[in-house]
Amino acid sequence: MATVDAGVTFAEEISRIADEVAAVHADSVDKDARFPSETFDALKEAGALSALVPEHLGGGGLGIADAAVASFELGRRCGASGLVFAMHQIQVACLVRHCDDSAWFEEYLRSLVREQRLIASVTSEVGTGGDTGRSIAALTPADGATLTFEKQAPTVSYGAHADDLLTTLRRSPDADGGEQVAVLTSKEQVELEPKGTWDPFGMRGTCSPGFVVRASFAAEQILPQPFSTIGSETMVPVSHLLWSHVWLGIATDAFERARAFVRASAKRAPGEPVPAATRLSHLMTQLSLLRGEVESALQEFLAADATPNRERLATMASALRFNNLKIASSEQAPRVCQGAMNVCGIVGFLNNTPYSVGRHLRDTMSGALMIANERIHQTNASLLLVAKEI
Amino acid sequence: MKDERIRKVLATHGRLPVEAAGLPDDANLYSAGMTSHASVNVMLALEEEFDVEFPDEMLTRSAFESIDSISAALTTLGVE
Repeated sequence: MATVDAGVTFAEEISRIADEVAAVHADSVDKDARFPSETFDALKEAGALSALVPEHLGGGGLGIADAAVASFELGRRCGASGLVFAMHQIQVACLVRHCDDSAWFEEYLRSLVREQRLIASVTSEVGTGGDTGRSIAALTPADGATLTFEKQAPTVSYGAHADDLLTTLRRSPDADGGEQVAVLTSKEQVELEPKGTWDPFGMRGTCSPGFVVRASFAAEQILPQPFSTIGSETMVPVSHLLWSHVWLGIATDAFERARAFVRASAKRAPGEPVPAATRLSHLMTQLSLLRGEVESALQEFLAADATPNRERLATMASALRFNNLKIASSEQAPRVCQGAMNVCGIVGFLNNTPYSVGRHLRDTMSGALMIANERIHQTNASLLLVAKEI
Repeated sequence: MKDERIRKVLATHGRLPVEAAGLPDDANLYSAGMTSHASVNVMLALEEEFDVEFPDEMLTRSAFESIDSISAALTTLGVE
């Protein structure tokens, strides 16, 4: 594994990979619905998959804000690359922030640094109605010290390309559905039985078909903290933060393409009015609303994360804040992309022009479905009954 | 007395699969089957029953995870 050169910041290195690698392959990743392997080869070469691992374990020692900027930069050039990167960093954040100095997990994190292992998650489950805070599949004792599970997953993003899986389960076969743990298993311990094929509308490079997931593993591979804590302090808010930075990245590139179109029109006939220029100005206000929501949420997360015992992140007010980020940004990003298409007209609608924004629109439309917005609205409606300061 | 009133609220709004009257004071209500949605209704009903308002910083999962923790939260708000 090569490390980032001294003097080149993490953000600069990710930005370079986004421009020189992710952008070059984005159209073929989208067209063929294939994993963005070139981007991930480059990210691994740069050591980016262990950016969040603490320095004393050999990692980059970076924080959520760095991962957010990187998700944004990759999203600008290839939405699927950005989203896979974001989801991997979410899993790493869960391990780093909730492993309680477990010797097994610390050794795992060292191997993540050495081998640049890619982690996928198995959180959604058939039959739970999209509620990731409840599980049906359970940790089940097998022979000796071995534990097993079998989980019906409606989607596992890049599941077939990951080195390890982080899976939510009930703590035991007789535990309540909300009494969950998270388990990290390597691909050698897992059997993935594919369910259905993968030919979606957008985010095609995330390769997220359904699987029946079966695994056998040891008890030390269970994260020590309960998933209710991991979820509220890390998985839920960090997912919404990093996903929304990807969507902001995609929408920003759509806006840049619209701006390039207007400039080209203006240069062709200097002094002549360009009708699209006014539409671009309207679009800027839409993009700035998206950016305002995403960037302010990051600052609020950093402030809440710095409270003693992360107590602010455990509140319902915090859950509402980051749920709202998810809903607002996943609705606003495709709005910006559609606005960019309106600016560019037919050359934006076509797939092979410098102003094409069809992929951007399709990719951002996945956001409202990744944990359905209506389900989050139901949760928020309930929380709003008791939360006070919003 | 306070604990009995908490148990009454749990019995009415907690949607627990077990009898609230028989729960130990330190039993974890989420492990006993209380959902997030039911916990919100419990919070609302406790505010009504004891004529208090839980401020945002007290509205956490852990503050409502047992009869003991609910009782402690109410004590903080001046309920004897």
